[in-house]
Amino acid sequence: MVKFDIRDLDVWFGPVHALKKVSMAVEANEIVSVIGPSNSGKTTFLRTLNRLSDLTLNFKMAGTIRLEQENINDIDIGLLRKKIGMVFALPLPLPLSIFDNVAYGIRMHGMKNKKALEKTVEGSLQEAYLWDEVKDRLGESAFKLSGGQQQRLCIARTLAVEPEVILFDEPCSGLDPISTAKVEDAMVKLKEKYTIVLVTNNVKQAARVGDRTAFFLNGELIELDETDRIFTAPKDKRTDGYIRGKFG
Amino acid sequence: MRKFKEIIIEKLILICGLASIFFVALIFIFLLKEGIQVFKSVGLFKFLFGKSWYPISEPPQLGILPLILGSLLVTAGAAAISIPIGVGCAIYIAEIAPLKIKEILKAGIELLAAIPSVVLGFIGMVTLVPLVKTVFHLPTGLTALAGSIMLAFMAMPTIVSIAEDALYSVPKTYKEGALALGATQWQTIWRVMLPAASSGILAAVMLGIGRVIGETMAVMMITGNAAVLPKSILVPVRTLTATIAAEMGEAVVGAEHYFALFAIGIVLFVISFAINVTADLFLHKRE
Repeated sequence: MVKFDIRDLDVWFGPVHALKKVSMAVEANEIVSVIGPSNSGKTTFLRTLNRLSDLTLNFKMAGTIRLEQENINDIDIGLLRKKIGMVFALPLPLPLSIFDNVAYGIRMHGMKNKKALEKTVEGSLQEAYLWDEVKDRLGESAFKLSGGQQQRLCIARTLAVEPEVILFDEPCSGLDPISTAKVEDAMVKLKEKYTIVLVTNNVKQAARVGDRTAFFLNGELIELDETDRIFTAPKDKRTDGYIRGKFG
Repeated sequence: MRKFKEIIIEKLILICGLASIFFVALIFIFLLKEGIQVFKSVGLFKFLFGKSWYPISEPPQLGILPLILGSLLVTAGAAAISIPIGVGCAIYIAEIAPLKIKEILKAGIELLAAIPSVVLGFIGMVTLVPLVKTVFHLPTGLTALAGSIMLAFMAMPTIVSIAEDALYSVPKTYKEGALALGATQWQTIWRVMLPAASSGILAAVMLGIGRVIGETMAVMMITGNAAVLPKSILVPVRTLTATIAAEMGEAVVGAEHYFALFAIGIVLFVISFAINVTADLFLHKRE
C-alpha cells in the first residue's frame, strides 16, 4: 500500500529553489532512507511532508503530496502532524519529568484518564526501547537522561500520539555509536507498525536500516532504489561518487 | 611606548566604568544625608505609616502613608491594564502577526515610547479626565483611575518590547517540537512558548512597573493630587513622585518639610531598586 505519494514537488524559499520536481512513493511499513550532501534538500523534503516548512519565511510549493490518497493541504494541520510524527536531529526534551514528556502530546490531544495515560506512556517507552532504563524514575527531569536516552524519549513522545508515519531528521547526528545502535534497533522494530522516512548524513546508517534509499543532490532526487542496489550497483555515477565519499 | 599607551587607555576606560557607580553612590549619600533627619525627628515608623500629610501646618504632620497608597493604587491599576494588553501584544507580534503588520506594530510601539510624558499627561487631562468623570458620574475626573489608564500607556512599550524579545529568544526547536506533535498554534503558545519565556516576561512586567512607579509629570497632571487615604480607585490621589515635584519649590531649605521630601526620595529609590533587582534576577535566571 502506498502511504505517501509525492508528485512533481517543487519547493522555494524566496529565490532559492530548494526542491526540484521530486516524485516518489513511500510504501507502508518500509524505511526509506534519504541521503545526500548538505544543502541537497533532504531536510526540506522531510519538513514539507508534515508541513513544518510552512513556518519558514517565503515558503512556496508546487506539486502534490498525498497521504493515503488525501492531499496533505486538505487535511487539518493538527491531525496531519498527529498522523505524521517527527523526531529531530537534536533531542529536545521539554523541561518536564520523563513521564510528562511522553504524556505531553497525548494530553494535548485531550486524553485525561490517568490509567490510560500511564498505559500509553509505558507502551510508548517500551516501543522506543527506553522503558527498562527509566521505569524506576519516571518522575525525574528529562534533562537527567543521557543524549541517547533523550533521543529515545523523544521517539517515545512521538509514538505516544499514535502516528502512522514517523519522520526522522538525522536522529543520530549527536549520538555516540552505542546510542546510535539502540536508536537504529528501535527504528527497525518500529517499521512493523509504522512507516518511516529517515534523513541521514551517515551513509552507513542508510545501508544498515533502510529498505530503500533515495539520493538527493542540489534539490533533485537523483535515484531511488532498493538499498542493496544503491550500495552495490547504483545507476547514476553521482550516487556512486557520493557513496564512495568522493564528494559531499 | 605602545605598552604605555595601552595602560593609559585601560585606565581611562576604567574611570568611565567607575564613574557611573560613583555618581549613584554620591546621589544616594546625598539623599540619605538630607533625608535621614526626618527619620530622626519624626521616627521611621511614624513617617512611613502616619496617616496625614500636612507639611505646612504647625507643627507639620509628616505621614506618607496616603502618598505610598496613592502610588501603589495608581501602579496596581496601571499594571492590571498594561500587563494583559502588553503581553498579548507581545505574543501577537512575536508569534502570530505576518511580517508586515509586525513591523508596523513594532514601529508603533516605539513611537508610543517616544511620546514625552508631559504630552501624554496633557492629552489625558483634556480627553481622559472628562470621560472618566461622565462615565462614572464623579464630581471630578482627576482620579487614580485616570492616572492608571494613562500610565498603562507608558508601561506598555517597555512590557511589549522586552516580552517580545523573551518570546523571540525561545529556541525555535521548542516550537517545532510541539507543532510536530500536532499541537495547535494556541496550544504551542500557551504550553510551550509562554512557560519557556516566563522569566523574561516577568522581567518585562517588573521593568514596566518600575517605569510606572517612577513616573511624575503625567500623574501630577491627572490624578488630582489630594493627599488623603484613598478609599477607591475613583477618588483623587497623590503619589510619592508628584509630592516631591509639586512641593520642592515651596519647601523652605533646611525645614522639616524639605528633609521629608528627601526622605520620600529615599523611599522611592528603595522601591525602584527592589523592582529592578527583581527584574534582574528573572532576566538572569533566563540565561
